[in-house]
Amino acid sequence: MAKNFGYKILPGESIDFDRNDKLIARYLVEHEPSINLCIGCGSCTATCSTGHFTDFNIRRMHTFILRGETKHIKKEIQKCMFCGKCQLVCPRGVNLRNVILTINRAIEHLG
Amino acid sequence: MNRQVAVIGAGITGMTAAGALSELGIDVILLEKEEHTGGHVKNWDRLFPSRRPAKEVLDFTGKSMATGVDIRCGSAVESIGHNKGIFTIRPVKGEPVNAMSVVLATGYDLFDARKKEEYGYGIYDNVITSAELETIFSEGKKLTTHQGTTPQRIGIIHCVGSRDEKVGNLYCSKVCCVTGVKQAIEIREMLPGCEVFSFYMDLRMYDRNFEELYFEAQQKWGVSFIRGRLSECAENPDHSLVLKTEDTLTGRPLKMTVDMMILLVGFVPSPETVRIARMLGLSSGPDGFLLPADEHFHDNTTTIPGLFLAGAVKGPACIVNSMADARATAMQVKSYLNGEMLK
Repeated sequence: MAKNFGYKILPGESIDFDRNDKLIARYLVEHEPSINLCIGCGSCTATCSTGHFTDFNIRRMHTFILRGETKHIKKEIQKCMFCGKCQLVCPRGVNLRNVILTINRAIEHLG
Repeated sequence: MNRQVAVIGAGITGMTAAGALSELGIDVILLEKEEHTGGHVKNWDRLFPSRRPAKEVLDFTGKSMATGVDIRCGSAVESIGHNKGIFTIRPVKGEPVNAMSVVLATGYDLFDARKKEEYGYGIYDNVITSAELETIFSEGKKLTTHQGTTPQRIGIIHCVGSRDEKVGNLYCSKVCCVTGVKQAIEIREMLPGCEVFSFYMDLRMYDRNFEELYFEAQQKWGVSFIRGRLSECAENPDHSLVLKTEDTLTGRPLKMTVDMMILLVGFVPSPETVRIARMLGLSSGPDGFLLPADEHFHDNTTTIPGLFLAGAVKGPACIVNSMADARATAMQVKSYLNGEMLK
């Protein structure tokens, strides 16, 4: 009973861009600058083999990374099967397979 | 034969330029490769955003030429050259034309949708282009599937051949967004029982009354807009189509069956524009469209004195802008002939 009494502070659910650690984002942009060309059209996600069976969403994932939201990345990124269909449909020529590889490398180097 | 000015291309731009030049008292010949004037506009039923019949615009422009433009249809340009300020054009038929000035108004072509193979144009029965839909409208036919049934759901696909590095066209074709909204309304008007879904990346309602048309499409006609670019399309045994996109606003892949799909095909430079530009040594931008001498100050002139560019040879343009550009060109040509060109 006592634990339900009184007040508690809820952590913020909004993206706190100022506080977020953008190390992985910076690493990604530096090593695969084509990620900056994304216009969020979702072609990659629509055609994604993994996204067909799981909740993996490559567009949302790399957008989260660019905002410094990297909490679930390590687990998420393992879902990609490297089929490369995303890259075939991208209208901006983003090198998406290297985006995934680079994120993996960033996690390795930066934790 | 000697003329003061030769206008090449009798689409809406060339017609407007020739009409304006003629009204300025200039002796003008208009060369057109097709058997009729009117270019792309004659294939259009109604025009955005007011949905005015395209025929009205063509008739009006045709009248402006009636006073003295020498119109030569079926006269594709075989060769063009210039020497000491005189241009010599050899059409495929008729005698060569000598002119002191040339207006190049050879315009654009529509993107060949077969190049986006994953969209199934030319492979699946019920994938048509925005231009083909317009032909159905202008012929007064009822919109049916290839199998003759009334469609219950139609998908309109934005940016086909535009904003797509995979087909080599990074540019936006400008007019397709509002064309899609206009056609969505017209489908709902013709077939009230048919749902219409537009698949878009961005909706670029850049000009006056475009945004209002978009508002009307939602409010009055119940057109649905899904923010996601079509990734691929497949055909069912009953010839309906399955579209795959990401519904980016929910963040999930989305599948939808439609009875028909309309592809909003963009602009590419017309082969005539490319061919004539090559003969004259004109330069084009990375998008393939021709470059004027200066984008701000000399946007109708070229590096060749007396040679002018008008309309969609310089990139995607709507009819209103093409006509304004044609009239501006006519004034520039007049100044040139009077020896009063602005520096």
